[in-house]
Amino acid sequence: MIKPLLRLVGAALAFCCTPALAQPFPSTYQPLPSEPTLISNATILTGDGQRLNDASLLMRDGKIVWVGSGETPAGTTVIDAEGRWVTPGIIDVHSHLGVYPSPGVSAHDDGNEMTSPVTADNWAEHSVWPQDPGFSRALAGGITAMQVLPGSANLFGGRGVTLKNVYATSYQGMKFPDAPHGLKMACGENPKRVYGSRNQAPSTRMGNVARYRAEWAAAQSYMRDWEIYDIKVSEGDKKAKPPKRDLKLETLADVLKGEVIVHMHCYRADEMLTVLDMAEEFGYQVGTFHHGVETYKIADELAEAGVCGALWADWWGFKMEAYDGIQENIAIVDRPENGCAIVHSDSEEGIQRLNQEAAKAMIRGQRAGMDIPEERAIRWITENAAKSLGIADQTGTLSPGKMADVVLWSDNPFSVYSKADKVFIDGALLYDRADPALQPVSDFELGQLQEAQ
Amino acid sequence: MRSPLLLAAALCLSVNAASAQNLLIRGGEVHTGTDAGVLDNADILIEDGTISAIGTNLTAPSGTETLNAGGKPVTAALFTGVSAIGLAEVEAESDSVDNRLADLHDTPMRPEFDVTPAYNPHSTVVPVTRVEGFGFTLLGASASDSIIAGQGQLVRLDGGYTSFAGDKVLFITIGGGSADKAGTSRAAQWMVLEQAMAEAKRPSRQGEPALLTRLGRETLKAYTRDGTVVFAVDRASDILQTLDFAQRHGFSAVVAGGAEAWVVAGALAKANVPVLLDPLANLPNSFDSVGSRLDNAALLHAAGVDVGFSGAETHNTRKNRQMAGNAVANGLPWEAGLAGLTSVPARLFGMSGGELSAGMAGDVVIWSGDPLEVTSAADAVVLSGKVDSMTSRQTRLRDRYLPRQSDLPRAYIKP
Repeated sequence: MIKPLLRLVGAALAFCCTPALAQPFPSTYQPLPSEPTLISNATILTGDGQRLNDASLLMRDGKIVWVGSGETPAGTTVIDAEGRWVTPGIIDVHSHLGVYPSPGVSAHDDGNEMTSPVTADNWAEHSVWPQDPGFSRALAGGITAMQVLPGSANLFGGRGVTLKNVYATSYQGMKFPDAPHGLKMACGENPKRVYGSRNQAPSTRMGNVARYRAEWAAAQSYMRDWEIYDIKVSEGDKKAKPPKRDLKLETLADVLKGEVIVHMHCYRADEMLTVLDMAEEFGYQVGTFHHGVETYKIADELAEAGVCGALWADWWGFKMEAYDGIQENIAIVDRPENGCAIVHSDSEEGIQRLNQEAAKAMIRGQRAGMDIPEERAIRWITENAAKSLGIADQTGTLSPGKMADVVLWSDNPFSVYSKADKVFIDGALLYDRADPALQPVSDFELGQLQEAQ
Repeated sequence: MRSPLLLAAALCLSVNAASAQNLLIRGGEVHTGTDAGVLDNADILIEDGTISAIGTNLTAPSGTETLNAGGKPVTAALFTGVSAIGLAEVEAESDSVDNRLADLHDTPMRPEFDVTPAYNPHSTVVPVTRVEGFGFTLLGASASDSIIAGQGQLVRLDGGYTSFAGDKVLFITIGGGSADKAGTSRAAQWMVLEQAMAEAKRPSRQGEPALLTRLGRETLKAYTRDGTVVFAVDRASDILQTLDFAQRHGFSAVVAGGAEAWVVAGALAKANVPVLLDPLANLPNSFDSVGSRLDNAALLHAAGVDVGFSGAETHNTRKNRQMAGNAVANGLPWEAGLAGLTSVPARLFGMSGGELSAGMAGDVVIWSGDPLEVTSAADAVVLSGKVDSMTSRQTRLRDRYLPRQSDLPRAYIKP
């Protein structure tokens, strides 16, 4: 997947580079207690393109044991899901929950460090307010994991974090175990507007690209300095002096090493192609373009480059670079072999109904003549989203051995009337529409008008 | 395709007359939105742009264009909610945005600000919205420095320059979000509103600070004779203040937003004040809306309050249909969901239409399925009896890029 890194470092890569420290702010998430659970007689969309009718699914010890049919051990809780549907837990690759929480008071304005176009040393997790009521609303919409990203004011906005949608006192308790960080980058109007309006660079799209390239070049040098240091140490040079740590360049170097995934806010087709060339120049892989209202113009190029498009079903026109939006965007991006279409929200409202957003995109594809059944469209908010976040080996499909992140829907989830009846995260039932005891309420809402009624 | 027609419309200054058509829609599942309920396999005859008959096996004058509904659901054309359609081509490009009043420093309040002369029926947003089954919008006004935002009006999305309907509507915003527009306190908002009302009745004496121009005083005074005033207000206590204020000054109030309207549903019903709400608003986005909940519409309806839908962004007001569907998913009767998109706003803002019955405007949509369902779409849109081409800038972009190969650059594909 990851392109050949800097050729010159050669074998040094094997043992190298940049501070070999344990990842700070480690995840303390632990799956909550669960009991063996069988969901039977359901229509199951597995998340990887299959649909199983009248099928069952067994979860135990937080994992999916089997899907379809199999043995059910004694003592298993059985849920008869006749007429209901089951999907993997829904994943939103683009959320600002916690960093732009509700209420949106000035004190909570923590999503955009708009003081420099390069803030790659900022980590979104350090802005996450874990009491955001938005987490509970998203859970009621079947969201089991999400990536929380910094905003798009900066060229390099900082690291995004992937969270399990489980309330905790601090974000460490929500952090998705072993999920790679994302790096939020931004194309186009936002950075050039924010800094251009202050008469600072960048004020143009060429200024944007010039600064990206300068930073990537600096990151290459930084990586090389650490590689040389590592070689010296490995050769027994006791006087070798480590380079000074630079937290911005460290993030970029982690991208060059393939350890951090690039999530790039980019609307226009031409800018996305520029970014792909830039990634080629510096030897990194773009993970996902976000928003991409013009992605339909370059669907084949994106699929060939192995880049996902995380898109809206219908937002457009709020700014010039969003003027060419069409409702078939997602379906067209899904069309090529290896196409990786994702429905994202970027919204505390949209994240609650990613199933409806996917439904709208699905129907537009169908009406344009594309064969997109539900089992294919569900991938846009499950498997492909997990792939985008680098967690597809753990979640995103209903496959034996994966985390039991599962949603039981009242009906076909591609309907406005469908609701998540039960949401399981690592096999633990953490939302039940019929049981107020299993509907979390954030500290903020406790004792307020909403909670009181 | 439409331009010759529009030219004709401009010449005779009445697009309605120019585009008035005869049309027979055959065999629909007709949701009348009236006491007649749903009529299966019913026909709708439109003559001179107006519905003349609904029933089975209707006959039409020979030569009348016919549209077969094929048993699909048929409704009146839908309402977008309050928007800046035709007033804002690209929101972030101020040169193309005309619904906001800003930087007028001479007089603090300008109720006479009226957005309708700025309406541009050629905006790409008009057909983008229309092809989704939407036939009318309420043009809204906003003001950056005043809680009296100005005036708008209902406009039909038929592409006419003068397709306005009903009377002008005044917009006022109340609450924490408007704190910086009036003395940083909502108490000051009522203070300046009362001062404005006093000025409307009697001008300030020379030398006294004035909030209104002469035209502003006349405008505001006119609304005290039962004029429709849309109050954007969310907090329950502010809604009660609004009801009292409107009643004392002779306004016919409409609440827009109304996140906590369910809390004071009884008072709203008693005052006969309808609510235009966003059924997706279920988060405490501010301290004005800590009581937001998904069944706001259902609770209001049950209390006898008329509910309409509004709140989607100007470019994406087609989402209003999904919003209504969610209200229904959360307890609102389906018929009330449709009414909130059709008859409630039409009646409220004075347009013929919003229901399918003889004498109403021939604004009709044929749907691929349940009109409140996200997997349905408009198959045909008819405004004043004219069958829409169902093309927009977006469908043309789609058709340009849908083919996977192109010998010449895409710029040569002009679908």
